Amino acid sequence: MRRSRFPFFVTMAVLFFFYLPIIILIVNSFNASRFESGWQGFSLMWYKRLFHEPEIWRAAKNSLLIAASATAVSLVIGTTAAIALHRFARSRLQRFHFGLVYTPLVVPEILMGISLLMLFVTAGVELGLFTIFLAHVTFCISFVAMTVLARLQDFDESIVEAAQDLGAGWWATTRRVLLPMLMPGLIAGGLLAFTLSIDDFVITFFVAGPGSTTLPIRVYSMIKYGSPPLINALSTLLLVLTFTAVAASQRLSRSRR
Amino acid sequence: MSEFLEFRDVSKRFGTIQAVDSVSLGIKKGEFFSLLGPSGCGKTTMLRLAAGFEHPDAGRVILDGQDITDLPPNKRKVNTIFQSYALFPHLTVWENIAFGLRVAKRTKRDIETEVEAMLRLIRMGDQAHKKPDQLSGGQKQRVAIARALINKPQLLLLDEPLAALDLKLRQRMLIELDMIHDQVGITFLYVTHDQGEAMSLSDRIAVMDSGRIEQVGSPAEIYETPRTSFVAAFIGDTNFLEGEVTGLVESEYCQVKIADIPGLICFNDKSMKPGNPVYLSIRPEKIHISRDRPEESPLRNIVPAVVEDMIYLGSTTKYWVRTHGLRVQVLRQHFRFFLDEKPIRWNDDVWIWWHGDDGFMLDRYRAVDEHLVALPPRKVGEPEDNNEKS
Repeated sequence: MRRSRFPFFVTMAVLFFFYLPIIILIVNSFNASRFESGWQGFSLMWYKRLFHEPEIWRAAKNSLLIAASATAVSLVIGTTAAIALHRFARSRLQRFHFGLVYTPLVVPEILMGISLLMLFVTAGVELGLFTIFLAHVTFCISFVAMTVLARLQDFDESIVEAAQDLGAGWWATTRRVLLPMLMPGLIAGGLLAFTLSIDDFVITFFVAGPGSTTLPIRVYSMIKYGSPPLINALSTLLLVLTFTAVAASQRLSRSRR
Repeated sequence: MSEFLEFRDVSKRFGTIQAVDSVSLGIKKGEFFSLLGPSGCGKTTMLRLAAGFEHPDAGRVILDGQDITDLPPNKRKVNTIFQSYALFPHLTVWENIAFGLRVAKRTKRDIETEVEAMLRLIRMGDQAHKKPDQLSGGQKQRVAIARALINKPQLLLLDEPLAALDLKLRQRMLIELDMIHDQVGITFLYVTHDQGEAMSLSDRIAVMDSGRIEQVGSPAEIYETPRTSFVAAFIGDTNFLEGEVTGLVESEYCQVKIADIPGLICFNDKSMKPGNPVYLSIRPEKIHISRDRPEESPLRNIVPAVVEDMIYLGSTTKYWVRTHGLRVQVLRQHFRFFLDEKPIRWNDDVWIWWHGDDGFMLDRYRAVDEHLVALPPRKVGEPEDNNEKS
């Protein structure tokens, strides 16, 4: 029987729509042309220019700083929330808690941005890196909690009991059993939080203050007032960075098994 | 000898379910003690109360003279073998076994010598660096045993440890558990729903039902002298016969009328008086069956019957015979099936007889326990409910 060609075409079409823009972007980052008006020869000039743009690097530094700290803090809070949600799953209070943790995942970003901005202004907090950090922690917690909770749910509770049974107190159980077993969930949740934080635009745009530009905001203003080819080069670099990080983390979690 | 582990009037309720209902129970030092009962009878809750995973609503748990009711699990000299084994999946066999010693902050040298000794005991030295998911069920089981024993507990709790194994492996592990109990000489509290496991391993058994203990005793006591219909029916097969005491015979026996059979002799250990209703439990293998009328004898009950059903089981044959409207199960051991006598067949007229000591009076009878007895086969075309005695 001849297999239908239809699935093949659909697959190709999907891949095409997904990846063509990225490919064009990568190719263009090596284009010598100043405007995106056709191929004018291979060049690394945009990459060279990139290294002479202190504004970009300052923004990148801000972004990394915020992403790293927001990831660390949301990992701690999100994981404790997940453990509480899992352990007391049947109490009514925890169902309410679950709703609270879940809501930021579905609330429109613009709404969150506005409400956070109003909060900060009302509270008299000066807008800047700190407010961005707080905003990012707010939504990262939910993603971490949901990822870790999924891991906890297919977790044999008697393993924790076994640790206690063998003499492990609270801390020993956490360090020797709970954390190692949750590690894949923690890595996944942390990566998710990190990527969400580093490319968040909408919320950051609202709560950023003068002098606290992050990379996405910088990129946005560059598109408006600057040179698109520079962005191509920057995006390509980010892409390489992301792929390396994901590949490394997958390798890490595989070697743990 | 005083009790080593003691439950004093312990109760535990989960929501609307009374899992353990004011149970008092003592277990002696070095004993292999089993809690036997159907699922949901409270036996696992008892074990979890001893381990410290549950706190009783009322009552105390005493271990070796010390009240451990309020001690957390990690402070009790008690270790557990879990039904799911609960091995740490991220640790090797070696590290799983070493866990208790590492937590206790023992020296590296101590840990090494003791883990190696344990690995020898469970004969898994060459598997030490495997992860649990690379092991077979029996191997996981042995690692779980080693991991629990390395802490030198005063009491080892076993929660249906063989339930996840296949039959052959289960029989091998049964022997191994027995050997380990002899070697380490500590007290075992074994929870199971499998009467075979409990009977073959235990020094004593407590049969549980609905959060209460029905009977405590040696395997033979439990089997031979069941006090309630639940115990009689849950452990082994039996016939329940309802009757009325009609007279006394000497000091130890009485006459009982069952259905319309008068004058059946029965051992009267409950000091029944004429007119008292009784429920008898008679094990199928205690009843003899033959085509020929047996010799009369003072304590022998002889009744004519008709064979309704039979199942040939190899070493034995099971018969269901009808007599005076009663359906009675009889189990017969074969010696030489083809040579003994003309085999008994369906609808044959036979004689059944049993000794007066073999009909055992129950303290308590519940009709629902009839359902625990293996149901007889039904004849083709016979309506569904015909065989139900209740």
